Amino acid sequence: MTTKLPQSQLPEEEILRVAEQEQEEKSQYQRHIYVCMGAACLAAGSATVKDSLSEVVDQNGFAGRCAVHGGGCRGLCAEGPTVTIEPDDVLYGKITPQDAPDIIKNLGKKRPLERLHRPTDRPFFLRQQRIVLELAGKVNSERIEDYIASGGYKSLLKAVHEMSPVEVINEITRSGLRGRGGAGYSTGLKWRTVAKADGHPKYVICNGDEGDPGAFMDRSVMDDYPFRLLEGITIAAYAVGAEQGYVYIRAEYPLSVRRVQNAIRQAQRLNLLGNQIAGTAFNFDVQVRVGAGAFVCGEETALIASIEGKRGQPRPRPPYPATAGLWGKPTLINNVETFANIPAIIRNGADWFASIGTEKSKGTKVFALTGNINHSGLIEVPMGITLREIIYDIGGGIPNGKRFKAAQTGGPSGGCIPEEHLDISMDYESLAGIGSIMGSGGLIVMDEDSCMVNVAKYFMEFCMTESCGKCIPCRVGTAQIYRILDNTTRGTATLSDLEQLEMLCDMVRHTSLCGLGQAAPNPVLSTLRFFRDEYLMHIVEKRCPAGVCHLHPEPALYNDTKESVR
Amino acid sequence: MKATLALPSDDKRWRMVNATMRRHGYSSSALIEALHTVQQAFGYLDETALQYVAKSLRVPLSRVYGVATFYNHFMMKPGGTHTCVVCLGTACYIKGSPQILETLEKRLAIRKGQTTPDGKLSLMVAHCVGMCWLAPVVMLDDDVQAEATPAQAATKIQEWVSK
Ligand SMILES: Cc1cc2nc3c(=O)[nH]c(=O)nc-3n(C[C@H](O)[C@H](O)[C@H](O)COP(=O)(O)O)c2cc1C
Ligand code: FES
Repeated sequence: MTTKLPQSQLPEEEILRVAEQEQEEKSQYQRHIYVCMGAACLAAGSATVKDSLSEVVDQNGFAGRCAVHGGGCRGLCAEGPTVTIEPDDVLYGKITPQDAPDIIKNLGKKRPLERLHRPTDRPFFLRQQRIVLELAGKVNSERIEDYIASGGYKSLLKAVHEMSPVEVINEITRSGLRGRGGAGYSTGLKWRTVAKADGHPKYVICNGDEGDPGAFMDRSVMDDYPFRLLEGITIAAYAVGAEQGYVYIRAEYPLSVRRVQNAIRQAQRLNLLGNQIAGTAFNFDVQVRVGAGAFVCGEETALIASIEGKRGQPRPRPPYPATAGLWGKPTLINNVETFANIPAIIRNGADWFASIGTEKSKGTKVFALTGNINHSGLIEVPMGITLREIIYDIGGGIPNGKRFKAAQTGGPSGGCIPEEHLDISMDYESLAGIGSIMGSGGLIVMDEDSCMVNVAKYFMEFCMTESCGKCIPCRVGTAQIYRILDNTTRGTATLSDLEQLEMLCDMVRHTSLCGLGQAAPNPVLSTLRFFRDEYLMHIVEKRCPAGVCHLHPEPALYNDTKESVR
Repeated sequence: MKATLALPSDDKRWRMVNATMRRHGYSSSALIEALHTVQQAFGYLDETALQYVAKSLRVPLSRVYGVATFYNHFMMKPGGTHTCVVCLGTACYIKGSPQILETLEKRLAIRKGQTTPDGKLSLMVAHCVGMCWLAPVVMLDDDVQAEATPAQAATKIQEWVSK
């Protein structure tokens, strides 16, 4: 138990005062308009929508009654730019600047504007359960005051004032929270190992590398709830006894970098980061580190090498980062979504969290639902929901009357789930049981026009290009597997190639140094398991049933497999 | 604190690079941050920059070169005035972005990752630009081309480069 300074109440009062003040200010307005400032809506022009809404509000003398803010993502990314009006909870989609006058004029009316309205009482919203994204769209991503006024930082204050680090760890362990970065290791156990490890100082790292192609859950958390993320990281630091933290964000997310940096500055200003946080003896600060475009840097030991300013190459584990991580010191490394769950668990208790989900997979999972699906977007669902519910209830099914073929989870480390497993429960064990993984949350739906051999080849090309080259099984093995898959899609593979393919997959899986190589065969193995007939059609009949591959049964010339990306 | 090295030239941008390194106390762990600043300021990393960073942080030039070439984000040659990015993320891939890339490579007579000889356009690929519902996505600088077909993308690029 850390000693607490006497008269530690003052700063807490300060924070409560900030919340009250903000609430008072907010209550002067009858309506709050939140324009989504997430990356997707920004790309669709939400910044100009916000400007024109503010302009119309000012011109029409609504200025004292209606406030326009930048908000976050409601998950309906395909309908951007979106606008949320509080307290009515009206959601508008596909707004243009020209719609601003109509929206403002309609404010006092009972019925929302028909043509822009996106009702929130439909399955897309009703079937979701939001913990990580609970304040989705309804809190300003650039003002800590707004976050505090909506209940933010209460959990951190509770942790540092009312709980000992051990109590925090016990609470997280009891909640059953597992890492959302892919492997699903118990978060509480990991925290305990770091807390118990010898060595000083200790570090906390937030893994915001999000490298799976087709995944953008963590980006949304960093863009829209950077304060929530920081609160989670700070609680973790208190629990494990760390004084310095890093948020490692991939270079492709400049907006996330800006938002998290801004959040850090604001938290420092209110003494929610820095020395003697909230009047206690707990010191902790955070810095952002920007990645530089290497998928392998999502792997924890490679990420640590990258923060140390080196090539992002993994090293064998053990020792795990929990005992020997950054600069050889005990280091806690968790995923963005893992950290974002923490404040809710501390606030509502472990039992509450453990009541959601399945026996072994607690809580919710955020998925980026994309591909051949009617409602694409960002969704958060309780673990244990079936794939069918996600695709047909939330996602609205497959467009153009096509037939569902497979859903891909876990990106290049995952697998394809066929129609016969549509009723699978989405939890760590069930997914692993059919050769896929939960992964970080990419969920790509494919219809009958997708060729599964081609999909396997796609992921293998990705792994081959992203292999860091340190260990031979991964560097050479992925290239060999790719070559066979490429030949298969060209019609030059033979049945003995198929045998060799399986052998190679087995070898790469069992002898690679890190998770990249170990999991690289997964997409191949899972498609071989469920869609073997497609491989056979390519090889024997020289035909692609989906009509994607152009097969020329002449032997291919030597093709340059590993080409430089630069 | 070590004495600062003389800047390679009186180009003001070197001061930014130096400021980044100073902020990190010229520690060798600042290497990637320093290279980020060089790339932001100059658009790419040349030998002068690598040498300057190596000397300032007291790390071997070979390690600086190793790091610079390991990460895809760092460019060792100047890019084109404009950049076209074809998304090869999963959603875009299954909706046909490889065909778009192929068409563009043929039309522009360059491969992915290269720049046209006149220096006008770089053709790049990305693994998911985060707008999967618009797949297949082609980005022309900051413009998003949603649900692009190979022909559309090619026409658009030609228009846009000749602007
Ligand atoms: C090749 C590879 C890429 C990875 N990419 C990520 C990533 O982008 N984000 C992430 O959180 N974890 C990623 N991981 C998992 C991390 O190594 C690590 O397990 C995770 O960050 C731990 O956090 P968690 O316990 O909260 O899941 C990756 C692992 C491998 C092998
Ligand atoms: S796959 Fe292209 S935007 Fe995500």
